[in-house]
Amino acid sequence: MLKRVHFPPSILPYLLVAPQVAITLIFFIWPAAEALYQSFLIEDAFGLSTEFVWFENFDALFKDPQYTGAFLRTAFFSGAVAFLSLSLAIVLAGFADRVVRGATVYRTLLIWPYAIAPVLAGALWAFMFNPTLGIISYALEFINVDWNYKVNGRQAMALVIMAAAWKQVAYNFLFYLAAMQSIPKSVIEAAAIDGAGPIRRFWTIIFPLVSPTTFFLLVINAVYAFFDTFGIIDAVTQGGPANATTILVYKVYNDGFVGLDLGGSAAQSVILMALVIAMTVVQFRFIEKKVEY
Amino acid sequence: MASLTLKDLYKSYGNTEVLHGISGEIQDGEFVVIVGPSGCGKSTLLRMIAGLEIISAGEVYIGDRKVNDLEPADRDIAMVFQNYALYPHMSVRQNMAYGLKIRGISKKEINRRVEEAADILEIREYLDRKPRQLSGGQRQRVAMGRAIVREPEVFLFDEPLSNLDAKLRVQMRLEIRKLQQRLGVTAVYVTHDQVEAMTLGDRLMVLNAGYVEQFGTPLELYERPASLFVAGFIGSPAMNFLEAKGQPDGMLQLENGVVISGAKSEGPVTLGMRPEHLIEDTEGPIRIEVSVLEQLGANTLIHGTLEGTEREMVASLPGIHQLEPGRVLGFLIRPDELHQFDSKTGKRL
Repeated sequence: MLKRVHFPPSILPYLLVAPQVAITLIFFIWPAAEALYQSFLIEDAFGLSTEFVWFENFDALFKDPQYTGAFLRTAFFSGAVAFLSLSLAIVLAGFADRVVRGATVYRTLLIWPYAIAPVLAGALWAFMFNPTLGIISYALEFINVDWNYKVNGRQAMALVIMAAAWKQVAYNFLFYLAAMQSIPKSVIEAAAIDGAGPIRRFWTIIFPLVSPTTFFLLVINAVYAFFDTFGIIDAVTQGGPANATTILVYKVYNDGFVGLDLGGSAAQSVILMALVIAMTVVQFRFIEKKVEY
Repeated sequence: MASLTLKDLYKSYGNTEVLHGISGEIQDGEFVVIVGPSGCGKSTLLRMIAGLEIISAGEVYIGDRKVNDLEPADRDIAMVFQNYALYPHMSVRQNMAYGLKIRGISKKEINRRVEEAADILEIREYLDRKPRQLSGGQRQRVAMGRAIVREPEVFLFDEPLSNLDAKLRVQMRLEIRKLQQRLGVTAVYVTHDQVEAMTLGDRLMVLNAGYVEQFGTPLELYERPASLFVAGFIGSPAMNFLEAKGQPDGMLQLENGVVISGAKSEGPVTLGMRPEHLIEDTEGPIRIEVSVLEQLGANTLIHGTLEGTEREMVASLPGIHQLEPGRVLGFLIRPDELHQFDSKTGKRL
């Protein structure tokens, strides 16, 4: 029998959690509540009066083809970012798992991009691919690629996808490497004795065994692409050209702070909030259970 | 089926050499156990045979093929690992079929072999389960099944029973032996358990600190241990060791001054006497002061010290004996059961 230890009632535990509660209230709950309230308001063009309009802002959003366009674009963008960064990370982790000499250096170098702020990552890529100054644009010229992401929407999208995926590779790599290292070495050796070469071992043993990690990272990457890529997009394309890279989170900013449609912007952020809550639920419900294999 | 030849194998990690020239011939269909304390290099040796470790120097032949530079897959071996190493995401059937599928064997033939192996190992009803739904013993059988279906030239076992409980271990030990005899396949088995080694092996290779101490049948090892190490390692309870001095007149002077006959050389020697070879005799020159008794029913272990010294001794007497501590018993030993070793080199004299 375990004996329960009783402490006299004390204020200390409340004091200990108080800072975290305060941060949550001030930086999360309050702005969220404010956004929710704002989404029911419409302000006139000069900011002189506001009117409570219930769901008119939401109604207008769903009728706006620009908004539904941004929705699809975001889906494509986050799908592409997740796919690209996950597949790069798993390949790199697969190699890192096999590297014996210089493993630490290799790993450290791969982790670096994660430490870079999104805006800086965006700036880096914008420089490299700058149509007039960029080193890669210069190289592309030699293979007759007409590179100008400032006028070509597809190129702009490709560029922000690459930049966003590149930054996330480090994070995914860490998780994949840990997952691969937790596979017992003897299982891999058994497969080698059974006659499976490295590529076959990867697809038939390693890949299925890291599938819980893949699922976890899929959700994390989707959330990342939805929200944390704002800095990259702002630094590289500012949502252009012609809204080709305006994803939902960028549209919130653009409509609210550039277009000054505060009600509409708030309504968008409420929708985003609902999305991230949904993704978190998915993550907790399914990841805690672990993927069956 | 094939023989296995090890020629002067060396293994080093960086500047540390862990195996120092291992040689041995393993006949076709023979069951050889590599035994030794942990860290003696036995698993490394097995993994070199399997192709999981690079061979620093020397040669390994399976049949008359030199396999040094072959991938594990091409050596025609199967291995059973200590932790079973089953593929956790595959059913038992898929686990066993994996290697066959890779070799491009027809579905029909795969099914035939898997089911035949499942019948031999009595795991047919578990074929569609996942490894995590099986007990340790069942997993062990699946791991063996995976080796059997491949019909390899050589079976390698890396301490396959050490994760099982004592009772199951004894049972599986017998089954492995029966299975190997039935299939007639060459097998190399690594263990640190000398009882397992003695009961399983046609021959035992005793490894110590990267050297082969002795390579022979279990009875050879028991009756004529080549070194102090083998003498102490094989047999339970362990052999008694006493320091003695060979006299010019062919007598041996024990630590307490008592003299017995049978010296093989002059100067200091180490004597080895198995507890079960000490014969009680009131006139016996080896006198032991009793301290503790262990009653095992069929025999009694008498722990004590050589009279007049602090030297711990154990004698095993058949049947039940009641003795009070402090009593002194005399023992004899037959000259051919008195082992003598060079005190310096530890080699048998």
